[in-house]
Amino acid sequence: MQIVLNGDSIETVDGCTVELLLQQLGISRERVAVELNADIVPKAGYEKQLLSDGDKIEIVHFVGGG
Amino acid sequence: MTQTTDKLIIGGREFTSRLMVGTGKYASFEQTALALEMSGAEIITVAVRRVNLDRSKESLLDYIDLKKYTLLPNTAGCYTADDAVRTCRLAREAGMSDFVKLEVLGDEKTLFPDNEELLKAARILVAEGFTVLPYCSDDVIVCKKLEDIGCAAVMPLGAPIGSGLGIRNPYNIRIILENVSVPVIVDAGVGSASDAAVAMELGCAGVLMNTAIACAQDPIAMAEAMKLAVIAGRLSFKAGRIPRKLYANASSPLDGLIG
Repeated sequence: MQIVLNGDSIETVDGCTVELLLQQLGISRERVAVELNADIVPKAGYEKQLLSDGDKIEIVHFVGGG
Repeated sequence: MTQTTDKLIIGGREFTSRLMVGTGKYASFEQTALALEMSGAEIITVAVRRVNLDRSKESLLDYIDLKKYTLLPNTAGCYTADDAVRTCRLAREAGMSDFVKLEVLGDEKTLFPDNEELLKAARILVAEGFTVLPYCSDDVIVCKKLEDIGCAAVMPLGAPIGSGLGIRNPYNIRIILENVSVPVIVDAGVGSASDAAVAMELGCAGVLMNTAIACAQDPIAMAEAMKLAVIAGRLSFKAGRIPRKLYANASSPLDGLIG
């Protein structure tokens, strides 16, 4: 299935969860925040939150800034 | 009164340093970490951005001891209340802290705040339990409204972001200081250590800066200069300066002059 991750379309497996997506991307869950279709996914929900075809995911973190 | 007993309290948290620094525009993460160390800052600002999926996973936070600093995520680059609120919610989830530097910009050229959107965002965020530190115009009316909404501090600009023009309207800052009870922190405009000292001598609770340190020829040295300037300015304010007089007043006794 296709999802839109940080603005880019990518292919991912059916039944993919937020947790699995982060693992595949090699991103540590501790220092990121995830939005699914403009709603925040709490960290405690990463393992259960299934992704669906066409979902829009944003994964953000802190960078240098004033 | 010494700097060690003169604490800054924001959102119920106590800080010794009155200098807050940004973490953008440095040449490297190593340089950022060193400058932060030399600045003595306890509160550091960060931005919230998409994780870059193509590049190195190395992150600023790998270089920073998170036990030493309170992260203050900003909403830089947001031009609407909705975008700023969304960014703050993400920041809280990523950082597990309620502190946010709220900025809602009105214009790319000046980076001046859009006060209408700022107030709207502040109302939503305070209601959601955020500790809101808003970057705002040096306008006492806006500052009073932000205080009434429940912001933990107000952060009027000294001059445009990154301009290094210093405190362009010290009288406006004084009026704000006389009319709000929350900490007043000058955010933006500082170019050199003397600018930081001026802000503190006016009676501000603190100063927030990024470019003045990060883009100095020697950022590490400038970080130390800013640390000392903020301490000196605060002590000078607390000590109470002499009145300005037009004519001289000799410091040496007139009694016992020879001849």
